[in-house]
Amino acid sequence: MFYFRCVIGNQLSAANIECDLLMCIIKVKNLSRHFDGFVAVDNISFTVKKGEIFGLLGPNGAGKTTTINMLSTLLKITSGHAEVAGFDISKNKDNVRRNIGMVFQEPALDNKLTGRENLDFHAMMYGIDTVTRKARIREIFDLVELTDKADVLVENYSGGMKRRLEIGRGLIHRPRLLFLDEPTLGLDAQTRRHIWEYIKKLNKENGISIILTTHYMEEADYLCDRVAIIDHGKIVVMDSPKKLKDILGGDVVSLETDENPEKFISLLKELEWIKTIKKHDGFLDLTMDNGEKKIPELFNIAQSVRTKISSISLHKPSLEDVFLHFTGKTILEQEASQGEKNKKLMMRRMGR
Amino acid sequence: MINIKVVYILWLREMKRFFRAKSRVIGTLGMPLFFLAFLGFGFRGMPIPGLAEGVGYIEFLVPGIIGMSMLFSSMFAGISVLWDREFGFLKEIMVAPVSRVSIVIGRIAGGIMTSLFQAILILSISILMGFKITGISSLLWAVVFLILISATFIGLGLIFASRMRDIHGFSLIMNFIIFPLFFLSGAVFPFDNLPGWVRGLSYIDPLTYGVDGLRGALIGISSFPLIYNFTILVISSVAMVLLGTYFFEKSEYV
Ligand SMILES: Nc1ncnc2c1ncn2[C@@H]1O[C@H](COP(=O)(O)OP(=O)(O)O)[C@@H](O)[C@H]1O
Ligand SMILES: [Mg+2]
Repeated sequence: MFYFRCVIGNQLSAANIECDLLMCIIKVKNLSRHFDGFVAVDNISFTVKKGEIFGLLGPNGAGKTTTINMLSTLLKITSGHAEVAGFDISKNKDNVRRNIGMVFQEPALDNKLTGRENLDFHAMMYGIDTVTRKARIREIFDLVELTDKADVLVENYSGGMKRRLEIGRGLIHRPRLLFLDEPTLGLDAQTRRHIWEYIKKLNKENGISIILTTHYMEEADYLCDRVAIIDHGKIVVMDSPKKLKDILGGDVVSLETDENPEKFISLLKELEWIKTIKKHDGFLDLTMDNGEKKIPELFNIAQSVRTKISSISLHKPSLEDVFLHFTGKTILEQEASQGEKNKKLMMRRMGR
Repeated sequence: MINIKVVYILWLREMKRFFRAKSRVIGTLGMPLFFLAFLGFGFRGMPIPGLAEGVGYIEFLVPGIIGMSMLFSSMFAGISVLWDREFGFLKEIMVAPVSRVSIVIGRIAGGIMTSLFQAILILSISILMGFKITGISSLLWAVVFLILISATFIGLGLIFASRMRDIHGFSLIMNFIIFPLFFLSGAVFPFDNLPGWVRGLSYIDPLTYGVDGLRGALIGISSFPLIYNFTILVISSVAMVLLGTYFFEKSEYV
């Protein structure tokens, strides 16, 4: 009974989210955080299922890090309720901490220690005995392919190496849940790919549940089983990437035709796989599923009524379009205006 | 509640960081040694009012400078929480499933060790310069005082760290807390020479009793009885460590 509600019960009106402990690794209900009156996280609710990769997608300043920091017990909550691995994040902090692995947005390594010393430090903080510790650290270095750099000071690591070391470190104590705050921020395309594959592998092969934040659309799309789009501290919409994109009605095929495509249009209207038809200055915008497969057919139909098609383009909706659809802005515009706002805030603080 | 392994690993980290940063070791030794050399030679043989019979200025000064080095390095060790925060490593510490008390004790243990190391270096150099100590038991007493001074001021440093958002306020603390504590303590001149109301402040400066205790231990001459200094420092160190822990636990470090 409960299980069923958990699986389908991800509507935004999450007041009635019920989620069995056996199924969910994170339960968040009406969680908020204020900073001196500024609402950084505004009454959000969601659940993360075991074995899932869940993403918080949103522009800079949306409240992603604040959310992650509350769930990992680093920040106090202002109001609401949340459980991580079955433990209340305000009342049972140590048990929450024991069950999570954490990779922070900004590097959190000791640069004056070697990679191995950083991992040793971590393992000892988590109470792992000497024999196990040695074995696991060796394992981790293999996994993140840093064995040859293990005894080099971290200050001599590249950005990508640090990131890999941090992800590895988050795994030493075998957490059930891994938090990844912007795991690929500022990394080059190749390293990013590498880390994506790595995250997928962890999730698939080791069954670790993962909650990650990102402001990269492709990242959320590629990695996440479900995504919550977050803006101004609120969850705007939440679902699997595919379902989110389906909200927009499928692919858009744009045809440039000659002056009078009326006959062509009337034929198109009879086809049930075409969802909408929009005509605007010489262009026809058609929405449909699997657009790339339907293009040849469109050509055939056009030819049968002697309508000439002079150009054609296919646009597959991305999460960027979903973000635009729900917030009226692209994520980049949003970040720009957020930047403006922060600047104004700073000016006010400086008494100007 | 207090996890020894956690204390140990935090202590070990401090040791590694300290001894790897050669410039830090030398840098922190610089000021006390300059004070010792210039004040010591500068005022040598001058009649200083308030000095006990038969005590040369260098003899008077060495315990004071050791106390000063303790004050500076211990305050720094407490406030260095902010450096860890600046470089992100504090989050790694705070998200671990260990009691906050263990974290504080670990930091204090590390801070005491590095401060003690510096103090003993200064003492050794002083001995080379001709400073005489009375024996092994006086050295042991001195170490006891050094530990108590260090714990007191690391605790105070932690309190300040929890009230500050970043390290920019450090120079304020340097100029308006650390230096006054140093001068009030009578480290470089007998605090009896201070005007009445300022002397009142000396009486509430824990370093006054630290320096006096060190003098009692090392040269056998002090304003207050050794046990009196000892008791006050035990109280101040316990109080500061508890307060430091309390403030450390209460504040958010992200
Ligand atoms: N310690 C803080 N004090 C004041 N404001 C903060 C603090 N931390 C975050 N904020 C503000 O809260 C908002 C959300 O920040 P954050 O959670 O870091 O966003 P994101 O991770 O999505 O980029 C931002 O506007 C930020 O300026
Ligand atoms: Mg962030």
